[in-house]
Amino acid sequence: MISNPELTADSLQPAKLTPTPRPRLRAKRPARALLLALVAITGYTLTTLAPHGVDLGAASLTFLRNLRLMFLQPHLGQETFAQLSQALLLTVALALLTTLIGAGLAFFLALITARNLAPRSLGDVMRSVMALIRAVPTILWVLVYATVIGLGTEAAVVGLSFHSVAYLTKAFAEAIEEVPKEKLDALRASGAGFWLTVRHAVWPLVRQRLLAWTFIRFEINFANAVAVGAAAGTGGIGYYLFMASAFYFDFQEVGLIVLMILVFAAGLEMIAVRMRKSLLTGN
Amino acid sequence: MPNAVSVMLHHQRRVRWGSLLGVVALVLASQVVLRVNVHQALFGVVAGWAWLGAHFAPNAAALADLPEILYQLWRTVLVAIAATTVAGGVALVLGLAGALPTSHLKAVRGLVRLFASLMRNVPFVAWALILLFSFKQNDFTGFLALLLMTIGQLTRAFIETLDEVGPGPIEALTATGATYWQVIFQGVLPAVAAPMLSWLLYMIENNIRDATLVGMLTGTGIGFIFDLYFKGFRYASAGLVVLAIIAVTIGIELTSNKLRQVLNA
Repeated sequence: MISNPELTADSLQPAKLTPTPRPRLRAKRPARALLLALVAITGYTLTTLAPHGVDLGAASLTFLRNLRLMFLQPHLGQETFAQLSQALLLTVALALLTTLIGAGLAFFLALITARNLAPRSLGDVMRSVMALIRAVPTILWVLVYATVIGLGTEAAVVGLSFHSVAYLTKAFAEAIEEVPKEKLDALRASGAGFWLTVRHAVWPLVRQRLLAWTFIRFEINFANAVAVGAAAGTGGIGYYLFMASAFYFDFQEVGLIVLMILVFAAGLEMIAVRMRKSLLTGN
Repeated sequence: MPNAVSVMLHHQRRVRWGSLLGVVALVLASQVVLRVNVHQALFGVVAGWAWLGAHFAPNAAALADLPEILYQLWRTVLVAIAATTVAGGVALVLGLAGALPTSHLKAVRGLVRLFASLMRNVPFVAWALILLFSFKQNDFTGFLALLLMTIGQLTRAFIETLDEVGPGPIEALTATGATYWQVIFQGVLPAVAAPMLSWLLYMIENNIRDATLVGMLTGTGIGFIFDLYFKGFRYASAGLVVLAIIAVTIGIELTSNKLRQVLNA
């Protein structure tokens, strides 16, 4: 997914003696074509998008007024602050648990998916299965599980974990595939088995990347945990967010909830920055 | 007295056990808050698939809904692409104002970064629901919700991409007497076009995935008809929606992987 443009086969070839402008033009043309295509699709879509029976000017004004209510006059509504904090804690715990379950399972699944470790056919099967699971939106998994095992935390945990495993397996496998072949060969040649190779060649090189991906997934899972509470009614801060905005039309409470989430997100970002620093210094 | 190597190994071992304990503690802490019934959850994993197989298999009656499903899916893809592209335009301007090599005012950079971080962290549920209140139930609301969600993400991504260009090429062009906009259009944008388009493709993929959820909340597109079928117990039709979503998502993923290869070639 994330590829290094400098490491393509072309850049490894010896430089030509007479530099011609041709390669440059060739590299730019697809970019320009793609951009044009995107702009054309957008233009077409925008012309067909105008809503019937909605005065856009008036709607924009209401929207701005509600934004002001949200951010400048946040206020408690139906629930107490303690209730909202408890719900936020629940949502954080849900995101944390599903991320850790996802990361733990995905590490082992990635080992049997990565092209440089797993047999080819097994890797192909794993990649297809994971692509299939990822293609189904998280919310559908949660709704299905809510129907089967009942509305509640379990449905949310299983549904969110499902998607996390598939996402992280792909990300982890791609990180593992970047381990240089020589490193693996060196250990294999010295008679190290699978687990010793993983332990001494793969793990030290990929753990930083894996941690970074896990952090990214935690952010996604937090957003999903909020959304799942709202759309599937599995509880947490998302449920109150949904009730406040779609039921009571209490935008001041919506604002308070959003601000609580923003404070939490800011704290999380600080932790992420500190972790990255301590990883870089090798501690 | 222990030598340096054994001290280091000892320290490493302590860090390793410390991290492992930390992870276990986090899992336990979440479990204390959530009180998940592990047995039920594990049972659910198997039962969920069985249930899907039994109820979600599309039948002949569901095929009658296919035209409507395909139309909504088509609209959803269009809206996702349009929202991402417009967000890309906004994010490009914000990115230029927020990146170190292209923006000289520290205060402006700080403001742009703060704005991007705010936009990124407001839960999209909140965007969807406030927009629904003002703009009512139509595709345009879905478009705006995706747009607002994407601006923050792309702005951060573009700032990082522009930061990676570094001062080198810009200083070189400035030394030849080029104006600010000449530097941007001749030096900076050609260098970042490919990675930026890569980001755009990635966000289009993401937004098509998220469109189901946004659609459920705003009552538009593919998410809305899924919700309609699912809550009306028309599981065969809902299953058909899921199959259609799977096909489109995988198709888009493959297409954008191909495009990315061409871009980076």
